[in-house]
Amino acid sequence: MKRPIKKLLMPLMVMLALALVLTACGGSPSTSIKIIGSNTVTPLSSVWAEEFMSQNPQVSISVSGPGSGVGIAALIDGTTDICQASRVIKQSEIDQAETNGVDPHEIQVASDGLSVVVHPSNPVSELTIAQLSAIYTDQITNWEEVGGNDAPIVALSRDTNSGTHVFFKEHVVQMLGLPTEEKSLEYGPSVLFLPSTQEGIDEVAQNPNAIFYPGLGYVTEEVKPVAIKRTASDPGVLPSAETVLDGTYPISRPLLYYTDGEPTGVIKSFIDYCLSSEGQEKVSDVGHVPLG
Amino acid sequence: MREKLIESWVFLAGILTIVILLGIIALLLREGLPAFSYTPPWEFFFGTKWYPVSEPPTFGITSFFVATLWVTLVATAISVPIGVACAAYLAEVAPAKVRETVKPIIEILAGIPSVVMGFIGLMLLSPLVQSAFDLNTGLCGLSAGIMLSLMSLPIIISVSEDALRAVPDDFREASYALGATKWETIRHVCIPGALSGITAAVMLGVGRAIGETMTVLMVAGGALAVPISPTNPMMPMTAAIASGIGNAVRGGLQYQALFAIGLILFVLTLAVNLIADRVLERQKRKFAR
Repeated sequence: MKRPIKKLLMPLMVMLALALVLTACGGSPSTSIKIIGSNTVTPLSSVWAEEFMSQNPQVSISVSGPGSGVGIAALIDGTTDICQASRVIKQSEIDQAETNGVDPHEIQVASDGLSVVVHPSNPVSELTIAQLSAIYTDQITNWEEVGGNDAPIVALSRDTNSGTHVFFKEHVVQMLGLPTEEKSLEYGPSVLFLPSTQEGIDEVAQNPNAIFYPGLGYVTEEVKPVAIKRTASDPGVLPSAETVLDGTYPISRPLLYYTDGEPTGVIKSFIDYCLSSEGQEKVSDVGHVPLG
Repeated sequence: MREKLIESWVFLAGILTIVILLGIIALLLREGLPAFSYTPPWEFFFGTKWYPVSEPPTFGITSFFVATLWVTLVATAISVPIGVACAAYLAEVAPAKVRETVKPIIEILAGIPSVVMGFIGLMLLSPLVQSAFDLNTGLCGLSAGIMLSLMSLPIIISVSEDALRAVPDDFREASYALGATKWETIRHVCIPGALSGITAAVMLGVGRAIGETMTVLMVAGGALAVPISPTNPMMPMTAAIASGIGNAVRGGLQYQALFAIGLILFVLTLAVNLIADRVLERQKRKFAR
């Protein structure tokens, strides 16, 4: 009984190998683009990718969003075609890229406002940047100090994988561009670092004392956005597409794509699609703000 | 001929695991040790500030280390009494039919992916812990420890049960002959007889709790302060590595510091497993005749 099986085995293997080679050649997606980076940009990139793939069936695009830092690290290591980022690349990262022979090329694809959200039952509806900074550096630990109930503040943040973490640290915690700017400020030790934006939203939705800073696209009915005042004398501004675009909302930021040098070929046509009026229409659908 | 072939295949497989283990150790040492030239070991272990993305970065892991201790302590304090009692019930009291139904169920518990455990902790347990202990947030070491205890229970139960069943029946019969009740027999004969096996089970459970990542990342809260109580939000060492490694550029300072944490974790779990091994070996020798 053993012999016939062995005899059959060889042709079977050959056929299997042939089948493998044939499917590899005949499969429809012949070019693939990899996008890695910001958690915030992921919903937007995914919508663009789906739309672009349905128009160009020979292209396959994969999007993953572990964080801007991860994306930039991947770009430096040459393991991604496009890095999606919610913060500008740092000089130290450009230096590292150059030693690896990578030339980071920056393209702004949309804008985003970082909303600050609290539980709907929280009476606080306005905060200044300085108050936010004090909350996130543990100097203010009770809602009473900012006009709320006598309850402890639970400050939630993204972890260091996230571009939002760095953006919020520079623009809010360190008050970049304000007279009170202080470069040495860091997140306080009692701030909770969470591995995903969704986890922060979920916690705010069920915890009356929590505060968190998701991107505009993540805000749901279960949480309440707070109006932000640049300084105590400025009016409070709620985050919205209009206020981000006209620059009155203080915590806004660019959403960026980075490529190794000027994009070419299919990557260029994908980015051209993103920047086209058709692509920009999708931006507001996802909850971000389209370019100009 | 065939015998030879199989023999050499098995030999290769055995060698391969050793080679892989040595490779992992070498990698950890190569990537992790340079961190100590930027931050002296003393400051690395006893520093309480961890700002990896600041200029200049600061690396101190006291809070991570203490967090790991808290979470492991909570997990052990919950899982050991329940686990050993459950093992004693299964091995000594339960009728064969109950044992045959319960044991596979416990083993299924071991197969639940840790991310699912994290999700359960996030959605179900943390609101409960928050209201039960009147905390600011339910994302804390206690919630993580409770979830981890559920994950180390199956190991503790199944290894302790094996140890209890290895206690020779002569012992039990001698005890009954002296007029001891079932409980007295379990308490004074079976458990002491299987003590080294139970210790090994506890050690394996502890090792599981120290090394678990996804659950603590999701549930422990991730605050950087040195936790003074298990109800504080905290970031154990495994969570610190997972939440930082994606952002770290290969070969950069943060990358090296995270590998150094990995090295410390590896030494810690290795020590726990070695002790467990030793103790188990002693148990085997005790009843070998």
